[in-house]
Amino acid sequence: MGKFWALVFLLVPVLGVACFVFAPVYQHWLPIDVSQEGHTIDHLFYFILWLTGVVFVGTEIALFWFMLRYDGAANRKVNYTHGSHSLEIIWTIIPAATLLFIAIYQMNAWADSKIRNPAAGPDGILGTADDMPPTVEVTARQFEWRLRYPGKNGILGDQDDVHVVNDLRLPVQEEILVDLKSADVLHSFFLPNLRVKQDAVPGMKIPVWFRATEKGSFDIVCAELCGWGHYKMKGRVTFVSRGEFDEWLDEKYREQTATVDSQVAQGDVE
Amino acid sequence: MSSITVGHAHDDHAAHAHAGGFLSTYVFSKDHKIIGLQFLFSTLIWFLIGGLLALGIRWQVAWPWAEMPVIGKMLFANEGGQISPEFYTILFTMHATVMIFFVIIPILAGAFGNYLIPLMIGADDMAFPTINMLSYWFMWPAFIAIGSSFFVEGGAAKSGWTSYPPLSLTDWNGQTLWLIGLTLVGVSSMMGSVNYMTTIIQMRAPGMTMFRLPMTIWGMFITAILQAFALPVLTAAGFMQLTDRMFGTGFFIPEGWSVNNAAAASGGGQPLLWQHLFWFYSHPAVYIMILPAMGMVSDIIACFSRKPLFGYKPMVYSIAGIAGLGFIVWGHHMFVSGMNPALGMTFMVSTMMIALPSAIKTFNWLGTVWGGHIQFTTPMLFALSFVAMFIIGGLSGIFMAATPVDIFIHDTYFIVAHFHYVLFAGTAMGVFGAIYFWFPKMFGRMMNETAGKIHFFFTFLFLNGTFFTMHILGVVGFPRRLADPYHYQTFHHLQPLNEFITYCAIGMVAVQVIFAANFILSMFLGPKAGRNPWHANGLEWQAPSPPGHGNFDFQPVIYRGPYEYNSPESSKDYYPQNEPPPGAHPEPPSPPIY
Repeated sequence: MGKFWALVFLLVPVLGVACFVFAPVYQHWLPIDVSQEGHTIDHLFYFILWLTGVVFVGTEIALFWFMLRYDGAANRKVNYTHGSHSLEIIWTIIPAATLLFIAIYQMNAWADSKIRNPAAGPDGILGTADDMPPTVEVTARQFEWRLRYPGKNGILGDQDDVHVVNDLRLPVQEEILVDLKSADVLHSFFLPNLRVKQDAVPGMKIPVWFRATEKGSFDIVCAELCGWGHYKMKGRVTFVSRGEFDEWLDEKYREQTATVDSQVAQGDVE
Repeated sequence: MSSITVGHAHDDHAAHAHAGGFLSTYVFSKDHKIIGLQFLFSTLIWFLIGGLLALGIRWQVAWPWAEMPVIGKMLFANEGGQISPEFYTILFTMHATVMIFFVIIPILAGAFGNYLIPLMIGADDMAFPTINMLSYWFMWPAFIAIGSSFFVEGGAAKSGWTSYPPLSLTDWNGQTLWLIGLTLVGVSSMMGSVNYMTTIIQMRAPGMTMFRLPMTIWGMFITAILQAFALPVLTAAGFMQLTDRMFGTGFFIPEGWSVNNAAAASGGGQPLLWQHLFWFYSHPAVYIMILPAMGMVSDIIACFSRKPLFGYKPMVYSIAGIAGLGFIVWGHHMFVSGMNPALGMTFMVSTMMIALPSAIKTFNWLGTVWGGHIQFTTPMLFALSFVAMFIIGGLSGIFMAATPVDIFIHDTYFIVAHFHYVLFAGTAMGVFGAIYFWFPKMFGRMMNETAGKIHFFFTFLFLNGTFFTMHILGVVGFPRRLADPYHYQTFHHLQPLNEFITYCAIGMVAVQVIFAANFILSMFLGPKAGRNPWHANGLEWQAPSPPGHGNFDFQPVIYRGPYEYNSPESSKDYYPQNEPPPGAHPEPPSPPIY
């Protein structure tokens, strides 16, 4: 029976590897990446995948081999030992060094994604005159994404702001700065195709930045439970050329003022 | 101290056993073995409930809004037999709550901790039998609070088992009952933990030094310490949330906050504060949910490899290392939460380092099997599968620990796969192994081996079909907790894979019938076990099966560690801890040196 059980355990590395080999063939894999920085995250993912993959296959095969070879039915002499000091040192130091290496190796990517805020402008300090203004303010609420663009004057929070819901349009090939807020509970702003994810927290304004390299339209997913309608909190992000973007923003602004004007004419707004 | 306790207490308890009636012997019992079995039966029933809740989740993810066959009309008459999105959030919240707080933690500490600690260290009972009894009976108000919450207006808690405010503050009464239930579970765990620490430190039999303790006891001991230090934080946080809900305090509510256009709260609080407090408990809780299983698995593997445990001291130190590091890694649950990203780097380094003791343990288990004389019994198969599965759960953790990769896979099915590999494929498989292993001691009868192996084979197959494929979902970015994920273009094509996972999950729950039947029938019909059916070394195997009140019918004296299998000093292939060496002095050696 030992042989049978060893083979059952051999299924783990065999089918496990097969799973990861065939998944990309059937498009069950990382969604297409259209961001400037996303490839560093993907690279790290592959790096860790290979590293853990080798350890996974190695240890599982070792277990299989020991089960096969040291089956009690074979009546071999038992190797009576309490351990080995040198082996312990080897399998402490090698994993420790590897883990530390992974930790240090990916610090730069983390800093680029979350710490080195491009809003700081040329001087690298936030809160000075050369700060970049945000491209758009995203306010998550149950269960939609409220978007507010600074109008022509580039300042958020005044009369010429443009308000849109769920339909996020952004210029391609430009550094995008998002001010992320929440109006009610926690949400998470997840752009799978740009490898961006950031929770929106009530009471906080969190900066998010990315740069798209291709035109196209992609999902905005809410990735933090926000109530019964969490599943339907879907938006779309569309990357267009600078010209198309300006045109679209103008049009949205005209639509918005037209609505307000007609409401004023009808006496709805005082 | 210990020799005095053991010697005298035995007589006291023997007298008690005859004096007590049915209620004090089997219901309000102070005997650690009865309390352990009470925990075991209660948690197994909750295990079934938690498993059925999981099937509800899987049904919805595979076929959103489809009518559930047969039972759909009974359960969800108002929704035309469908699961409503509200009920879906209840399903995953309560699945996790039940599995963590009513199954894994109490089955490890409550059931096995209670049953095994006095037997394995050679004591007649726990240090505080009354507190021990109360630790079980404090679970009942928690069972009632959580169980009844399904029937209150608005249903049970539905803010996830993490109960992040402000969402959890807007929830109905189910959330209040959830908080009360959790506090009571905490009281129970705290009483257990104080008891285990005291018992292990004070009541070991003569000769049972700390470094002669079986790994099971080390796992329980370190777990008890973790509980004692981490639990107060969760209790405090739970009370803060309760007062936020009931008395309008604002610990977790920011200035001017309102939901659904309600009046703005006074505020001044911070939603992130809850996450810090919650994970300060709940990350160590992850180790509370695995260390005792690691201990039990070490004992089972050594026994059925007929070989000493490889690297006993490194195993002990790595458990202690996990416990110590476990207190400084909670932030890795919060990499994308809005916490200062510079903190993310610190937590990332500590999280990477906590993988190290786990790696050391894995290598030592492999070292134990290497060169052994493996007996493929059911408990051994479960213990070996613990190792095989824990490797997967441990390695997938590295993806999440790497902060940039976590940005993408955070809150996706990758993390769902990861913690199910640790908690189901790891701990639950370890617990199955432990049940098969210690069942003969608990009930004096053997479980059926063939049925056990069939149970193992299909559980092993289906669990990998269920959980391994979830990694793939996670790689696509498939988020957790979505009632209907397929209207997103990115995830539209994943439905067939989810159907496959659901079929596997149904199979996995179904084969547990074999286990239940084997368990119940063997209790009454299994062949008599005798004291030491596995030829194991531990002290518990020297007591009668099942042990009577006061445990031992002799005074245990310990001469060696628990892993002397195939020792050249013994003529048998095992060498019980209390067997005097040839030519030993008949007097017991001096009490343990701390």
